[in-house]
Amino acid sequence: MATIKRTVEVELSTTGLDAQGRPQRVPLAVAEDGSTVAVAAPPSLEPELEGEHMLINIGPQHPATHGVLRLVLELDGETVVRCIPHIGYLHCGFEKIGEYRQYNQIIPWTDREDYLNSIGNNVAFALGAERLFGIEITERCTVLRVIAMELSRIISHLVWLGTTCIDIGAFTPFLWLFQERENVYALLERWIGARLTTTATRVGGMAADLPNGWTEQLQTFITLFPKTLDEVDRVLTRNGIWVGRTVGLGAMTAEEALNYGLSGAMLRASGVAYDVRKDFPYLDYETYDFDVPVGTNGDVYDRFLVRFEELRQSVRILEQALRRLPDGPVNIDDHRVILPPKSKATSEMESMIHHFKQVMEGPRPPIGEAYVAVESPKGEKGYYMVSDGTSKPVRWRIRPPSFVNLSAIPRMVEGHLLSDVIAINASIDIVMGEIDR
Amino acid sequence: MGLTPRPEPNVVSYDPKGGEGWVTTRLDFLVNWGRANSLWPMPFGTACCAIEFMATAAAQFDLARFGMERMSFSPRQADVLICAGRVPFKLAPVLRRIWQQMPQPKWAISMGACASTGGMFDNYAVVQGIDTIIPVDVYVPGCPPRPEGLIYGIMMLQEKVKRERAADPSIRHEMEPDPTSQLYIPPSAINELSEPFGNAVHQTRSGL
Amino acid sequence: MSPSSSFAPVIPGSGLPAGSPAATTPKQIPHRGGPVNPTVDALREKFGAAIQRVDVVWGETSVVVERSRVAEIVRWLHDDPGQSYVYLSDVTAVEFRDVEQPLEVVWHLRSLAFRRFIRLKALLPKGTPLEVPSVYPIFKSADWMERECYDMFGVKFVGHPDLRRLLMWEGYKEGFPLRKDFPLRGRFSRAEQLRQALAANPEARYSKEELSIADAFEDLPQDMRARLRSGEKTGE
Ligand code: SF4
Repeated sequence: MATIKRTVEVELSTTGLDAQGRPQRVPLAVAEDGSTVAVAAPPSLEPELEGEHMLINIGPQHPATHGVLRLVLELDGETVVRCIPHIGYLHCGFEKIGEYRQYNQIIPWTDREDYLNSIGNNVAFALGAERLFGIEITERCTVLRVIAMELSRIISHLVWLGTTCIDIGAFTPFLWLFQERENVYALLERWIGARLTTTATRVGGMAADLPNGWTEQLQTFITLFPKTLDEVDRVLTRNGIWVGRTVGLGAMTAEEALNYGLSGAMLRASGVAYDVRKDFPYLDYETYDFDVPVGTNGDVYDRFLVRFEELRQSVRILEQALRRLPDGPVNIDDHRVILPPKSKATSEMESMIHHFKQVMEGPRPPIGEAYVAVESPKGEKGYYMVSDGTSKPVRWRIRPPSFVNLSAIPRMVEGHLLSDVIAINASIDIVMGEIDR
Repeated sequence: MGLTPRPEPNVVSYDPKGGEGWVTTRLDFLVNWGRANSLWPMPFGTACCAIEFMATAAAQFDLARFGMERMSFSPRQADVLICAGRVPFKLAPVLRRIWQQMPQPKWAISMGACASTGGMFDNYAVVQGIDTIIPVDVYVPGCPPRPEGLIYGIMMLQEKVKRERAADPSIRHEMEPDPTSQLYIPPSAINELSEPFGNAVHQTRSGL
Repeated sequence: MSPSSSFAPVIPGSGLPAGSPAATTPKQIPHRGGPVNPTVDALREKFGAAIQRVDVVWGETSVVVERSRVAEIVRWLHDDPGQSYVYLSDVTAVEFRDVEQPLEVVWHLRSLAFRRFIRLKALLPKGTPLEVPSVYPIFKSADWMERECYDMFGVKFVGHPDLRRLLMWEGYKEGFPLRKDFPLRGRFSRAEQLRQALAANPEARYSKEELSIADAFEDLPQDMRARLRSGEKTGE
């Protein structure tokens, strides 16, 4: 690590605000009348080190970077003067490989790109592809997909909360939350057959209908899960350490947050009530009754509160979805996009031909393009697909929410302490698989 | 699928007819027993497999039962590198650096299809198996492997550790490929072997 | 921290006339020729010939605009209170398999106040320099998206302050991965790719900001030092 001499660029002397008008941490004291006054920083113990900045490197392999993010931080003492993120350590060429695959074949890749939210991505991709094909899915499929998306939001937020707890120094909630995650895994496994990489949707339907007794199992989960939430709520929300380590960190104002393109809980914590489910709805989300939590300060603590409330709202949506789950077919009745059942494919000539045509050639959408965004746990997740009339997309673009959210990290950490960088970084809820693709 | 009973673990034992003394074999046994049951893992988690690794470490599967309670996030205090997830070329030098920083004795588990072979990412960006960068002891198949699968891999590694002999230092040698050896495949031949084949890339029967 | 008394959440849809219905899931969208985004008329009026073509595909309005005036148009869309496209969803590019077809740079913009979505496109015909104006001065979110687009397609965003590779490493020699002439497995053989990757220094610093720290200069690869000395910007 190089130690470098250079001039101090950020004035730390203004009370509470720096040259750009951002809140700064200055030692505060309480005056007699109760107002807070700034106290001049104590004289440096080692004057010869003043103005000496250090460049430190966090990552790519570091437990608190949630993957393989690399941050180069320039420190003045313990204060971050400048942060330079480096990404791309998990760039796996998803978008390139998508151009070589048929639409249904791309779905396994969507699992692996934001891997905390696999089934939600499956749904999002299928929605995009269906827009491109001009398909209207069935009633039952719509509700099943809502269930899938909300379960996915729950498990993603659980990982976020668990790992953030570890980063900030609380280990127990991690164990509790992962226990709940295992319950959701059990549900998913019974439904789809996989725990993490679900590949649950198909263009025009789902890979499988619910097995018998699944809804009761989900009902049990919905009843028990809020209890765990309450427990976690009790240990975290009013916990002095937790509050002390999250309040006031990485605050973004609403205008800034919009300008930096933040989405999801990051944006809502800053006071912008933008939720794709409400404002550009899909899957009939407008017919569900749920609230969009909005923060006021836009700091790490507000992001925590917003995400925590989203967990409860997801449970509400799940309840409603369970209640309205209609009977009927899951897949649309169109042999050009949906595979015939196996029994028919091996016994009827016509079905066999459909099967063959679909597997070998793949369904072909008309020429066109579609950008379909959903509210993923991280924010606005969009799939932009361009078709030239062949069975493979010309371009499959992922609009990764945490990529855009992460790009604001220099703005969020500058002026904070080194240890707060970890909390701020955790609050973004980054998934490197999605950021680097 | 668990139908055959597991064979008795093969450990270093004293054989009166063998050339080695009671003390060395017993000492080896003791050392190996200690090592195998307190492997400190260094989780090099990059992608989805890391989430299953976390699930393995959490309450339900409880990696602590195998003496792996202490995750060592610094390579310098670790015994086992568990590479969970895909390794793109940009990460390759990082992985090698981490491996070099680990002190001997050290082992590596390659968790998941991507780390072992590149998995479904047969493209310009991903290393086709981390064994092109570091030596690997146990490959755990799966995409992602279930926690049970990872635990099985860990138990296999423990068995391997229990069979090591202090008298045989060759297992700790880091070997460079020897171009004069019969087994050496020059890079050009590797390139030829790894040319695109199968239907992964050329699956274009429909004419794109 | 108590919420400041002046706190007023930004509510999407607030620009719509009072009592307008809530947004609903679009159903039965026609392939072509659905309702056009009302912004288009305003754009036509304001920019005239710079608006080259308007398509409505699957209910989404795409506006092909003159490439040199993109930044100006986006600025107007962002600033005009009657439009207020304050959210930039995406910046990306599309290259078609047909080599004759121009490369397209695509911007997806959202107006939260009016709940509108618009897609702007600039066509970059093959054989012309791949350059479009950057929208970074308007949207900070364009920073990484433009860098990624440069990294993957080689499209230069004129006016971006720090346009260099984002996902691939600086000094990646094989080209721009998402171009159609780039083979799926890269241009070099596996062994060569690995050799080049392993030769990289994981601690290397390439960012201009890091470079502004004079001492880090010595850590740079030789060729980059030479290039920087000659006054070139990084990443080009
Ligand atoms: S093997 Fe599968 S689950 Fe594991 S990292 Fe690779 S794609 Fe992800």
